Amino acid sequence: MRALLTRDLMLAFRAGGGFGLGLAFFLIVTVLVPFGVGPNSELLSRIAPGILWLGALLACLLSLDRLLALDWEDGTLDLLATSPLPLEAALSIKALAHWITTGLPLVLAAPVLGILLNLPTPGYTWLVLSLLLGTPALSVIGTFGAALTVGVKRGGLLMSLLVLPLYVPTLIFGAEAARRGATGMDTTTSLLMLAGITAGVIAIMPFASAAALRVNLR
Amino acid sequence: MSLTEDTPTPKRPSGFWSYANPVKFLGLSERILPAFWGLAAVSLIVGLIWGFFFTPDDFRQGSTVKIIYLHVPSALMAINAWFMMLVASLIWIVRRHHVSALAAKAAAPVGVVMTLIALFTGAVWGQPMWGTWWAWDPRLTSFLILFLFYLGYIALWEAIEDPDTAADLTSVLCLVGSVFAVLSRYAVNFWNQGLHQGASLSLDKEENVADVFYIPLLVCIAGFVFLFLALVLYRTGTEIRLRRARALQAREART
Repeated sequence: MRALLTRDLMLAFRAGGGFGLGLAFFLIVTVLVPFGVGPNSELLSRIAPGILWLGALLACLLSLDRLLALDWEDGTLDLLATSPLPLEAALSIKALAHWITTGLPLVLAAPVLGILLNLPTPGYTWLVLSLLLGTPALSVIGTFGAALTVGVKRGGLLMSLLVLPLYVPTLIFGAEAARRGATGMDTTTSLLMLAGITAGVIAIMPFASAAALRVNLR
Repeated sequence: MSLTEDTPTPKRPSGFWSYANPVKFLGLSERILPAFWGLAAVSLIVGLIWGFFFTPDDFRQGSTVKIIYLHVPSALMAINAWFMMLVASLIWIVRRHHVSALAAKAAAPVGVVMTLIALFTGAVWGQPMWGTWWAWDPRLTSFLILFLFYLGYIALWEAIEDPDTAADLTSVLCLVGSVFAVLSRYAVNFWNQGLHQGASLSLDKEENVADVFYIPLLVCIAGFVFLFLALVLYRTGTEIRLRRARALQAREART
């Protein structure tokens, strides 16, 4: 398992493209928003938590089609499926690797981008906390989407259509926690719900992902 | 494919499961389809005419209240169509009956149309009553999300060429999607307060729709249920014949 994790991480770091691309996309989305809604700093600070959550979500989505497609093409997935390691565990590890290479950098970059959007000072802690709790769910759900569409040629757009509705609960509670935090309201409920979703998704989704991948590998 | 071939042939099933045989299914559906079409037509015509012309106007809403005869039944069927797809998908996963998978496939477009009718009539109704075509109300929002789920489900069916793979993957998506649809429903409840009224037909509530509107509404709902059943049976038959035609073509091409 550890070997698989290090392999995935090494590939992401060395092959280039995957690692920095998500961050760059996140930056661009954040920069584009003021062009779209105007430079009014009061407005920006009000929508900043939501924009940052959306940006993180889209950046996460962007890197998903790479998650399994390359391993599918060169046959690694077939080897993984026949290895003694259960496919569920292998996919959990791949989701973890995806989170370390995409989710974690987004969490770390979010406060910096928060400055650009004039995020209110009390919001930073809650933004980072909510992203930290929520992005693992994005990676795990995304792995399911990738497993569903891995056999489809040019499946990227289809995967977005499948994955984005699944992201709704996570986005709602995550953005809600960040928004409440930024306006100084109580965030306990939304953070607990967010953590609950993440925990539940981590526990259950690998089985669905593995089931879908087994069908595709058949 | 291999899964169905590996299992030893069981003794010929009887009762409900015998209709997993496409031939028997087609035979039955051809026999009951005319009845369903007829029942749907009769109850829709009766219900709608009764509702539109022979019920009093609501004292606050005026005649706009009559859109309820399209709005409530279509919304009900939009949710139940997804539920039916969930059951059919489960049957496909557990018992590998092709008819079941095809029924789920056939129900999806009908469900989309029901969702669209509910959203559209809701907008038309909301405009004079709430003063807005659209509000980010939990019910409205979760219906929009349901619509997206339907789109994803249909798109996945369309994208995969091998029919068994497509059936398996869409079934898994339907299961996962159901969980997330319910989750989204509660999430949006938490996220925004509602403009939409509560349930108008629940059995355990004292305040329901007034009786004058209630009975024609029930007739309309029955009409939509029969319409849905007839459409799904018809479309399932089409899918079965389509697959049979493909099989014949493939056999033709081989010789």
